[in-house]
Amino acid sequence: MKNIRGILITLVVVYVITALLNDNFLGGYNQSKQLERTGLYGILSLGVAFVIITRGIDLSIGSVVCLVGCGLPWLVVRHGWHPAAAVGLGLAVGLLIGLFHGLLITKLKLQPFVVTLCGLLIYRGATRGLTDDQSQGFGNSGYEGFREWGTGEVEILGQFGLPYPFLILVALSVLGWIFLRKTIWGRYLFALGNNEEATRLSGVHTDRMIILSYVLCSLLASLGGMLFILNGNSAQPSDYGNFFELYAIAAAVLGGCSLRGGEGTILGVLIGTAVMQVLKNMINLVSWLETHQEFLIVGLVLLVAVMVDEIVKRRSAKKRII
Amino acid sequence: MKILAGVQRADEGELLMDGKPRRFSNVQEAQEAGVALIHQELNLADNLSVEANIFLGREPRRMGWINQKVIREEARRVLSLVGLEISPETILGELTLGKQQLVEIAKALSTNARVIIMDEPTSSLSMSEAEMLFDVIGGLRQRGVSVIYISHRLGEVKALADRVIVFRDGKNAGNLEREEIDHDAMVRLMVGRDVSQFYQRTLHQIGEVVLSVKGLRSVQHPKTPVDFQVRSGEVVGIAGLVGAGRSEMLAALFGAEPALGGEVTISGVEGLPKSPAEALSRGLALVPEDRKEQGLILDMAVKENMSLASLRRDARGPFIDEAKERALAHEMTEALRVKTPGLWQLARYLSGGNQQKIVLAKWLALKPKVLLLDEPTRGIDIGAKEEIYRLMERLAREGMAVLFVSSEMEEIMGVADRALVMHEGRISGEMMRDDFTEEAIMDLATGRTLKNAS
Repeated sequence: MKNIRGILITLVVVYVITALLNDNFLGGYNQSKQLERTGLYGILSLGVAFVIITRGIDLSIGSVVCLVGCGLPWLVVRHGWHPAAAVGLGLAVGLLIGLFHGLLITKLKLQPFVVTLCGLLIYRGATRGLTDDQSQGFGNSGYEGFREWGTGEVEILGQFGLPYPFLILVALSVLGWIFLRKTIWGRYLFALGNNEEATRLSGVHTDRMIILSYVLCSLLASLGGMLFILNGNSAQPSDYGNFFELYAIAAAVLGGCSLRGGEGTILGVLIGTAVMQVLKNMINLVSWLETHQEFLIVGLVLLVAVMVDEIVKRRSAKKRII
Repeated sequence: MKILAGVQRADEGELLMDGKPRRFSNVQEAQEAGVALIHQELNLADNLSVEANIFLGREPRRMGWINQKVIREEARRVLSLVGLEISPETILGELTLGKQQLVEIAKALSTNARVIIMDEPTSSLSMSEAEMLFDVIGGLRQRGVSVIYISHRLGEVKALADRVIVFRDGKNAGNLEREEIDHDAMVRLMVGRDVSQFYQRTLHQIGEVVLSVKGLRSVQHPKTPVDFQVRSGEVVGIAGLVGAGRSEMLAALFGAEPALGGEVTISGVEGLPKSPAEALSRGLALVPEDRKEQGLILDMAVKENMSLASLRRDARGPFIDEAKERALAHEMTEALRVKTPGLWQLARYLSGGNQQKIVLAKWLALKPKVLLLDEPTRGIDIGAKEEIYRLMERLAREGMAVLFVSSEMEEIMGVADRALVMHEGRISGEMMRDDFTEEAIMDLATGRTLKNAS
């Protein structure tokens, strides 16, 4: 719990400041909307956290969101596939992409940055080719039931409810926590992120574990991509999912994952995602903050958070030695 | 030593140089005062040239640009002082470790050092390289440079030193003048008691052949197949010089770096392990040479390090059995007398000896049939060393086959029932405990003659 204290304080501070600056922030509709956004982006952050724990990186998440997000309505609306079959294919594509990345990284020893950077270009390019660069969507009617997965919510009080994407994220987080903290595979991921050679020499099939982390990451990216399109209804292949990998990585790092590997918690990643979403919400709601300054503000907050974290860590490390 | 060279600051105490009290707050200040430290692990940049390394961080400048001419001349001068006949433009990484060490000394000389501290300088050198180093040290002495030579290798100390100071547990345990320096005297001060107790041997029953190796070829020494056998209850030492292919042989046997070929039989089951995972399922365990890089997950708890290899065996399905994990860690901490404030302590914060015990615990949890150890006592204090020797004995007594690589002659002679000697990738000889002599092992290790080999 110690290592998420900082990010939790950040969340509370940003939350309170926004509430003070804007009256609508605490409204039921806005709060639900925030949970929904957190749910959608959180699924991506969760995925990349597994990879970051192994000391890897995945830059292709946004393009996988684009491929699967545009691919879903393309299959269902354009080609008349049954939604369940299209979802199945979407997940399969995610799985295969992850497998592809993992194999290149472990067997060919390519660098994760390079492999997934190529992925970023390839999957977006492929989507644009596949769809003739045409906007994809479900239209105004006909798929309301299917789209419920991305738009529905469990009503609680007035306009406030728990959106499905958020509930899905909560369920995935519980599974993710059990996986990381309670199973031998989770332990192996942390161990190899810390010292791959020593882990391998302890009889762990480290290659398999690394491949697994990339599969989980791309699988969650494809699931996220489908929920995004069900939620938003229309997508431009040229920019859909742009920068999403960076939001995901930023949230994971905010939440305590170290790019040096071997560190990270599910709860931290969730809170990190929430901080990003509250910040965005703040920029939208507070009148004197311009929307186009979003990157500037998010970037600065991230930098400060990481700096404070590092300083605190050094202090406690010193204490430990003495 | 780090304090002397300005790497760390002193908490208290006084440092006098030429009778004046000094205090170095960083390496530059120490350098200017004429103190240079040569670390056990070299602090040089592989990718730069020799001359660039010699002047790294204090390049002579002319109007802001690096003055290449001065560098070249000065580099030539100091290289000749240490007897290195190489071009200053050579890329450092292309030199052997021994020559890199000499470059480090040349670097110290170029700062006009009057006191040179060498920390275990021969730990990764071959015999001939070490001899070269000793000549250079002799030269330094004639030039009036003081040398503080830190070493575990008592033979070297005896040959080189004018005076010996023995440290134990961070305190000065005693001084010896030139005429008092002998092996036993030093060990007595190091251990704090008599030597005869140091390698305590009990009789153990040697049984059936457990490990049989035929024609094993490692990637590094593809042309020299290796054959040998180890029996249960037997402690076999592998002697040889650095670079003789001993570590590579163990790595190939364990599947860490898959062998090119060979037959391996463990307890009657044949097959060459292709991965560490396979090796451990066959009953092999390897305590690797580099504890921090290959043995430990430094940022994980003692408990988690100890359970890493046995985690799968003890799991319920995919789930970690935390009760078993804790019990195992408790048992091992007690059995091996690991000194740690708690099982949650990160391995990083323990001493070398205790870290090594954690690596051992990780493997003993699996009850292997054959325990392979690569330099099991490198860089650990003498108390922990003794405990590890005792442990090796005890494991053998309980029927384990123990095979260890060591560069310390005394360790081989003190611990092993039988010694294999390797030279340039092949086994150049084998001898039983009763035939052990330092000369015979050295002869085999240097590939001279095969006399005394049985």
